[in-house]
Amino acid sequence: MTNEEIKQKLIDKFGELVYHFEEPYGMLTFETETNNNLKVMTFLNDDADLEFTYLNDLTAVHYPENKGKELAVVYMLQNIKKSIRIRLKVFTDIEKPDVFTASNLFSTANWLEREAYDFFGVNFVGHPNLIRIMNVDEMDYHPLRKEYALEEQTRTDKDDDMFGR
Amino acid sequence: MKQNIQLPEGSLEKQTTTLNLGPTHPATHGVFQNILEMDGERIIDAVPTIGFIHRAFEKIAERRAYYQITPLTDRLNYCSSPINNMGWHMTVEKLIGAKLPKRVEYLRVIIMELSRIADHLVCNSVIGVDTGAFTGFIYVFEFREKIYEIFEEVCGSRLTTNIGRIGGFERNFSDLAFQRINAFLKEFPKAMKEFETLFNRNRIFMERTMGVGGIDADRALNYGFTGPNLRAAGIDYDVRVAHPYSSYEDFDFTVPIGTTGDVYDRYLVRNEEIWQSLSIIQQAMDKIKDLDPTVFHADIPDFYLPEKADVYSKMEALIYHFKIVMGETEVPVGEVYHSVEGGNGELGFYLLSDGGRTPYRLHFRRPCFIYYQAYPEIVKGMMLSDAVITMSSLNLIAGEIDA
Repeated sequence: MTNEEIKQKLIDKFGELVYHFEEPYGMLTFETETNNNLKVMTFLNDDADLEFTYLNDLTAVHYPENKGKELAVVYMLQNIKKSIRIRLKVFTDIEKPDVFTASNLFSTANWLEREAYDFFGVNFVGHPNLIRIMNVDEMDYHPLRKEYALEEQTRTDKDDDMFGR
Repeated sequence: MKQNIQLPEGSLEKQTTTLNLGPTHPATHGVFQNILEMDGERIIDAVPTIGFIHRAFEKIAERRAYYQITPLTDRLNYCSSPINNMGWHMTVEKLIGAKLPKRVEYLRVIIMELSRIADHLVCNSVIGVDTGAFTGFIYVFEFREKIYEIFEEVCGSRLTTNIGRIGGFERNFSDLAFQRINAFLKEFPKAMKEFETLFNRNRIFMERTMGVGGIDADRALNYGFTGPNLRAAGIDYDVRVAHPYSSYEDFDFTVPIGTTGDVYDRYLVRNEEIWQSLSIIQQAMDKIKDLDPTVFHADIPDFYLPEKADVYSKMEALIYHFKIVMGETEVPVGEVYHSVEGGNGELGFYLLSDGGRTPYRLHFRRPCFIYYQAYPEIVKGMMLSDAVITMSSLNLIAGEIDA
C-alpha cells in the first residue's frame, strides 16, 4: 500500500474535508476539519485495507501567526502490520480550542491528550479526565505556547546584540 | 476514592484503605507515586501521578541549537542514554539529509546494542531483587560496569553519555575501546548464563512472576505499548525491523516474542534480546574489520566540528567552527519524525524546523510515558507485592516519563 493509495481512499471517502496532502520525509501528512478528526481516525481504524489501528503519537503545536487556527493537534497513526505511518493534523482557534478526544478510540490518547492540554491548553471534548499531568494543578497558563519565552525578557545584564541569541 | 467493601449480610461495614505508594519508596526505583485503594492486601484501584521530575525539555529545546539538545536526551531514559543520543543525531541527519559512512553506522549499532544490554540487565536483575533474589543483580552488574567502561573510553562519560555528534562520533574508537568490547563479548556470556540458570527455571521466581501483571495483545496495542513489553504480549513489532535505521537491515537477528505478556514473559523476552544484541555486536565487529578504520564521521562540514588543529590554522575550519558553536548553520525547513528502538520501546523524535537556529517544536515520543497509563488496568485485583514487580518489569524510567 503506497501513500498515493491511502490518499486516494481518503479523498474518495471524505472529499473536500481532507486536504493539504504532503509527504515530508516520506510520511503522508494531511489535514482535516477540526470537528472531523474522529471520523477520519475511525475510518482509518476500521477500514479493512488501511488498518491504522495504532496511535503512535499525539502532540500539539502553537503557531501564533496563524490567526484563527493557532493550535495544531498532530496525530500519528501506524499500520502496525505493514509498518506504515501517517500524520493527521487538525487546527483549532486558541480562543476556543475544542477538539474531540480520541481516547475512546485509543487508550494511548488519554495521557497524551492530557499532556497536550497541560502544555497547550487544547480542550479535548469528551475526555474522561482532562486535568494537568506534568505541571502543578494551580498553574493558570499553558507553558509551551510561544508567548512564554524561555528566558526572562526583561533581563538587562546580558548584551546579546552580537550573537543573535 | 474510598469505596465500600462487599461483605456478607450482617457484617460490620468496611471501607477500602488508601495507600500512597511513593513518590519515594525503596521498591519503586524512581520517583513514582501511586495512590492505591486497598482491600486488605488486594488492589481495588490505582491512580498514578507523574511529573515529579518534569524538567520541560521540550520547552528548553526551543531555545537551544541542534547540537546542544543531545545532553537533554541523555536524561530521558538514563539507563540507555547512548540510544537516545543517537536517535537525536539521526533525527537531525534525516532533516539535513546527511548520508553516513557504513563504518559510522556499524559503530553506532555497537554502542546502541551495548546500551540495550545495559538497560535490560538493570531491568531484569531488578525484577530479581524485587522478588527477593539479590544474587543475580550482583552477577550482572559487574558487566554493566564494563559496558560503562567502554562508553567511558569512547566518549569520556558513563551514565549521561552525550556520545557522538551530528554526523558521527567526536573521535575514533581507540584500540582500548575495541579491546574492551572484545573482552566483554568473551566474558559476558558466562555471567549471563549463570544469571539465567539462577532465574529461568527457578520455582520461586516462576511462581512469583508467571500470570502476574499480564496484558493481552489487543489491549497492549490499544495502550500504545512498544518494545519488549509489547513483544512479550505476542506482537513482533520492533523498530529495528519495521523501520530500519543505522543499517540494521544488514544484520541477522531474530525478534523474540512472548505469549501472555506477564512479568515472566517480559523477563524472558529481555533475556533473549540480550543474546541477540550480543550477536549483533559480534556481527558489527566483524563487518567493520573490512572498512577503512580512519572513518568515524560523515563529511558534513556544516554540522560536524572540524579538527582543533585546523581551526587554528585554516580559514574554512575556523569559520565552520564558529558557525557551528554559535548555532548559526542553515537548517532546512521541514517536519521530520524519526524513531529508534530504545531500551524500553519506540523512542521517537518529532521535530519541526522553521529553518531557524533552534527547533520550532520538538516532541519526544517517550515509550514508558505512553505505556505507564496501562498500569492501573494491569494491577487491578493483584496483590501489593505483585504491583511492585509489575512496576519493575515494565521498565519504567522516571526521567523518561516526566521529560
